[in-house]
Amino acid sequence: MAQITLSDLAHSYVHNGAETGDFALKTLNHVWQDGGAYALLGPSGCGKTTLLNIISGLITPSRGRVLFDGVDMTESPAEKRNIAQVFQFPVVYDTMTVRENLAFPLKNRGLARAAIQARVALIAEMMGLGDILDRKARGLPADAKQKISLARGMVRESVNAILFDEPLTVIDPQLKWELRTQLKSLHRELRHTMIYVTHDQVEALTFADTVVMMHEGRVLQTGTPESLFETPAHTFVGHFIGSPGMNFLEAKIEGSRGVINGQCFPLGASYRTASGFTQIGIRPEYIQFSADEGLPVVVKHVEDVGRRRIVHAELANSPISVSVPEGQFFDNTMARVRFMPDKINIFVDDWRVQGEAL
Amino acid sequence: MSLELQGVSQVVDGQQHIAPTDLVLEKGTMNVLLGPTSSGKTSLMRLMAGLDRPSTGRIFSSGRDVTNEPVQARNVAMVYQEFINYPGMTVFDNIASPLRLKGQSRKEVDRAVRSTAEMLKLTPVLQRKPLALSGGQQQRCALARALVKKAALVLLDEPLANLDYKLREELRVEIPRIFEQAGSIFVYATTEPEEALLLGGNTATLWEGQVTQFGPTLSVYRKPQTLTTAQVFSDPPMNFIQGKKAGDSLSLNGGASLGLRKQSAALSDATYTLGFRAHHIKLQQHEVSQPGSPPLHLQCTLVASEVTGSETFLHLRYGETTWVAVASGTHVMTQGKQVDIWLDGAHLYLFDLTGCLVACGDNAV
Amino acid sequence: MAKVQNNRAWLLVLPVLALVAFSAVIPLMTVVNYAFNDTFGNNQFFWNGLGWFEEMVRSERLHAALGRQMVFTGTILAIEVPLGIFVALNMPKKGFWASLCLVLMALPLLIPFNVVGTIWQIFCRIDIGLLGRAMTALGVDYNYTNDPLDAWVTLIIMDVWHWTSLVALLCYAGLQSIPNAYYQAARIDQASRWDIFRYIELPKMSGVLLIAVLLRFIDSFMIYTEPFVVTGGGPGNSTTFLSIDLVKMAIGQFDLGPAAAFSLMYFLVILLISWVFYTVMVARDAGETR
Repeated sequence: MAQITLSDLAHSYVHNGAETGDFALKTLNHVWQDGGAYALLGPSGCGKTTLLNIISGLITPSRGRVLFDGVDMTESPAEKRNIAQVFQFPVVYDTMTVRENLAFPLKNRGLARAAIQARVALIAEMMGLGDILDRKARGLPADAKQKISLARGMVRESVNAILFDEPLTVIDPQLKWELRTQLKSLHRELRHTMIYVTHDQVEALTFADTVVMMHEGRVLQTGTPESLFETPAHTFVGHFIGSPGMNFLEAKIEGSRGVINGQCFPLGASYRTASGFTQIGIRPEYIQFSADEGLPVVVKHVEDVGRRRIVHAELANSPISVSVPEGQFFDNTMARVRFMPDKINIFVDDWRVQGEAL
Repeated sequence: MSLELQGVSQVVDGQQHIAPTDLVLEKGTMNVLLGPTSSGKTSLMRLMAGLDRPSTGRIFSSGRDVTNEPVQARNVAMVYQEFINYPGMTVFDNIASPLRLKGQSRKEVDRAVRSTAEMLKLTPVLQRKPLALSGGQQQRCALARALVKKAALVLLDEPLANLDYKLREELRVEIPRIFEQAGSIFVYATTEPEEALLLGGNTATLWEGQVTQFGPTLSVYRKPQTLTTAQVFSDPPMNFIQGKKAGDSLSLNGGASLGLRKQSAALSDATYTLGFRAHHIKLQQHEVSQPGSPPLHLQCTLVASEVTGSETFLHLRYGETTWVAVASGTHVMTQGKQVDIWLDGAHLYLFDLTGCLVACGDNAV
Repeated sequence: MAKVQNNRAWLLVLPVLALVAFSAVIPLMTVVNYAFNDTFGNNQFFWNGLGWFEEMVRSERLHAALGRQMVFTGTILAIEVPLGIFVALNMPKKGFWASLCLVLMALPLLIPFNVVGTIWQIFCRIDIGLLGRAMTALGVDYNYTNDPLDAWVTLIIMDVWHWTSLVALLCYAGLQSIPNAYYQAARIDQASRWDIFRYIELPKMSGVLLIAVLLRFIDSFMIYTEPFVVTGGGPGNSTTFLSIDLVKMAIGQFDLGPAAAFSLMYFLVILLISWVFYTVMVARDAGETR
């Protein structure tokens, strides 16, 4: 196991890409702590798979260095780096049995027979593959094959890191729950460094202790799931995380008051007046309907999704969505909304600014 | 028009893919087929479309028997999980293709294509080729092709499964509204309960080739008639525990006992399965306020917790069973900790051993 | 599965069915007629039952031709299949060179069979052929018209030249369909080059490979034109394969009865082997999707 350091890393698929626009991955510094559970989150084409492949050694970066425990590995090929990777679609050796599939990476590294047997049995048990160990991999359903891929990723004891590239894409929602919990408990027991690439915020936030949010080849924010949710560093993070995403409203900021359309509301902190395009960001969960207090809204339509209702409304001609939990009263007479003051974030030119505590 | 399936089943090589099914789909409705992979969603759609012929039963379109009519004669449109467009044509020509096949005039085609493109936000990319577009736009193009035809029946087979999470969210909100205007019968297959809820309309839950329940989406969700339906229609999965009923109390397989009222107390004494959804497990007593009956209080052990931002998923162990609870806010707890939970009688379901719903709380209606 | 079909489509097939009836079914029935009857001309037939078949099954001459045929087919399969796989593995995956390779490989497949025969017949002649002259100049005693071994070598090289690219192209298509993730996973698992071939490439190629073997088997088992043009079955009978022998018997000697019985058995053997191949392939596919 190792600490992985990315130093001034950048990558372009175009040779000698001079313009920053050519870079699939813009300059990036990051340290992956030994034994951490990380998620790389972003929409497709944001560069997350490129970054993953640079770490695993399938791509050599155009610039910068990759260090494993301080040793420069930038030029080492994938097979020399001692990492494991699980891909989006199941990659299994069709003609081998499940057992042989799991044993394959160990056998190639010359482990003793008994050690292989024991390790395979352990991992198979943890992944729930015990019953089908002697079946041929060909002909198994897709979810079983993906379990084999996951288990093969996990089977080597001494890997530097395990990389997951959207591993649950082919899995049904019900089974996702099971596998996610299994991965998490495997992480707790084995303490491997795990890096999990996904576009699914729920997968990222539930799996990882630290989430790295990427957009257009750039890392926008690195932090705990709560910090990404509560205090997104960039409007894109606010929009991308949460379902529906954060509401953004153009507003004027006067110290500890916000003003929209001439109407004031309190903020949780005090801000110096900044120049630039100023927006407030507030999550649908932190808005409450009220009959007589707050800012006036026009309700457009309501979606009832069982455990909550999502109210789509307009505030000063901007769309805004509000989440109303099941059991909480809501009707047409409530035409005003209140923002929870300490849940309001202020963004200037799309980047979050820190206020001073009141 | 309406589409009616009467006792439609499909048997392939002696294996039953679709059990005899009766369904009536009305004009202008959104009908969700919800079930896990290979539960028969696609097979059922193919039968509806006329791509396959049922082994038994009849299919009526507006009262007319169309069982033996081929798909070409039925005015059906279909959208698949893969983004299927003509790669050599521009988006405009792609959308126009079904109309040109019908031999409509240039002017009509132009007008129809432009209004459909506007609805699906494709106007800026009309002159581009599908493969130069993002996944979301490619699927919008496929949707536009299905819509422009004004088909009486539009079938969508997991159309958002290959899209990014955020794009999915965006289209999920748009799709019901677009379809409201179109007035066709829409059938939408998905594996995700959340998607069914967002789409609204009616939902048919499928399990191993059987439609287990069909009705307005929310009422299927709130009052699943069987344990299977409840399992199919819940994400996170519904929590279950078995208990023995004696008189007006149900003693659970973990120690605690639940006081029963009204119709549930009148049931015969036997073993029952108690079910409740993840978000109805409360971590504070005051969150379950019900006059009259006190909430059920249980002590569980925390197996794992997962934070999603605004919510925390708690994996709990009670006796032999494990449950998932969703709590709002972030709760960082250590593994192995004792957790007190409260269950509100209004959100409980009681199933008998055959899996039929025999009683449920007031909120389940 | 009960697919809904448009039955009018069958009408469009009718002309083809009629054509096939005249060009295949009726001639085949004539052959069947000859196989079970004896004739001394004048369109007078005498029932001979399985007489011709028995004669043919016992015929030394036919055994010898069958033996030669098996050796020939076995040899060219043993050369062309591994060579085809090898070529496919080493072809460039994309870009200009890939297209160029594909065009060059397709060339031999586009040449008519008798032209292939003629090309090699001239190419190998010791008086005017480039190869024949060159061999003689190098002091190699090479003459395919006199020496049976030389004739065999010539025919085998010609067939390999003609058909290896078919195997290679089919394998190439199979290889192209393997997702990149498989190679990446193998690298990470530290699989050797042989492991990659054995556990990834070969299993993924096996479907098309089976088709390639089937095609090459049927084709080489029925080979006629090329050896007829180059060696005419000689020297002696050394390159007289089944179809050449059949033609000699039917047209050269006008033994129509035995030849008809022979050709029916020939046809049935090929049908049987193709059916076995087909069953294996279908069973394999079923195993894949189960």
